[in-house]
Amino acid sequence: MAYATALKCRECGREYPTDPLNVCEFCFGPLEVKYDYEAIGRSISRDSIQNGPITMWRYEDLLPVDAANAVDLQTGFTPLIKATNLGRILGLDHLYIKNDAVNPTNSFKDRVVSVAATKAVEYEFKTLACASTGNLAGSVAAHAAKAGMSSYIFIPSDLERGKVVGAAIYGPTVVAIDGSYDDVNRLCSELADTYPWAFVNINMRPYYAEGSKTLGYEVAEQLGWQAPAHCVVPSASGSMFTKIFKGLNEFEDLGLIPKVNTHMHMTQAEGCSPIAAAYEAGTTRVRPVKPNTIAKSLAIGNPADGYYSLKVIEDSHGDATIVPEEEVVEGIQLLAENEGIFTETAGGVVISGLKRLVERGAIKRDEVTVAYITGNGLKTIEAVEELVNPIHISPTMAAFHEQIPNP
Amino acid sequence: MAITVRIPAPLRKVTNDKDRVEVEAENLADMVDAMEEQFPGIKERLLDESGELRHFVNIYVNGEDVQFLDGLETAIGASDEISIVPAVAGGQS
Repeated sequence: MAYATALKCRECGREYPTDPLNVCEFCFGPLEVKYDYEAIGRSISRDSIQNGPITMWRYEDLLPVDAANAVDLQTGFTPLIKATNLGRILGLDHLYIKNDAVNPTNSFKDRVVSVAATKAVEYEFKTLACASTGNLAGSVAAHAAKAGMSSYIFIPSDLERGKVVGAAIYGPTVVAIDGSYDDVNRLCSELADTYPWAFVNINMRPYYAEGSKTLGYEVAEQLGWQAPAHCVVPSASGSMFTKIFKGLNEFEDLGLIPKVNTHMHMTQAEGCSPIAAAYEAGTTRVRPVKPNTIAKSLAIGNPADGYYSLKVIEDSHGDATIVPEEEVVEGIQLLAENEGIFTETAGGVVISGLKRLVERGAIKRDEVTVAYITGNGLKTIEAVEELVNPIHISPTMAAFHEQIPNP
Repeated sequence: MAITVRIPAPLRKVTNDKDRVEVEAENLADMVDAMEEQFPGIKERLLDESGELRHFVNIYVNGEDVQFLDGLETAIGASDEISIVPAVAGGQS
């Protein structure tokens, strides 16, 4: 908190105090946290970071809350893994997987929720809430449990079972809504105006979103204090995509890493690709769509940060890739069978998108490339269930030899 | 016949803290004009200089985003539930 000075409208620049606000009263533009970077610059160094906790809170100077009060499940500083096998198959010598599926509730959402929950406690809210496509649900419920808050979780009713159970177990009130995520989100926006709850991705959103910057910081630190040439990232609202790039640029501005020349590559599944479609059409006006995709965690038809994601693509000389639905599962398998990492459908989108990027020459063999894996495969078992066929036998040697004659 | 429009918190300073307002209108463009008569200043919050809905303003008729309907030309009647909602909020990524 020490270094967050205000909230500032990204559209018209009007400033507001650091309150539970997310929208500019004048133009409805989104508010973003403003920091005193000069003061941060005097405090932060590679040493100060390396001497910090082995979690996302090692970057506390660049987060808008006081780390001493963090609602912390030990999130972050997840592995950056050299993907030698997958790299060989795709033709990349320096491919890394940022495995953020190993966070406490098995997705990157713990980063944003940890910040939002900490802020909610600071504001003395008693209830944490969210509209979720699944991963956020579990994270909000878990952090509410840790903070001793009650929680309300709003989800589309067609969500994967693993995500529903993985949220409900922490004891929230789970409300399944007949409709898409966009319907859930609209209802929650109205509920947020009615009840005194901390909706992490609505009235806490400016703080919440900042948590994703740590995905940029960590990768830069883990690469030996440098930014990669390419980041390949899944997108739903587009928020994380923008914040990874912001994180890298803050590190450059603070002199922690050399100049950032990172190309930001967004990936979306064909059945819900409003941002990528706008990119392909050459416009910054994102047309909402009705999602129909296997990648439910990415199924946001009206993406809040679509416009800013397109700006990041432009600023970073990046691009956006639409992954056909049938390639989502192929991507999951490719990563699992070659790197031993089981990701959910969003990760399948990333890996298949990465393959397409290499094939069309957007990423070269010798360039350092990071693929962001943001959720765990056990959450979306339904997507791959039909592909696995265990061999059933009775417990005898004969039965084994009959089924597997040449092991 | 008056139509009820739900007003989000960031706009309530303009509507004298009312969370719903009543207007007479046959489509959304009329609705915005009618609201402007009651609450001067509200129109510029909702529409940009070219008269289009601002980037970050969503209007829903019976829960449906008007971008899937006829935009500001969308016809409305007394039984319709109309909500103005800021676009900011997001999910997974």
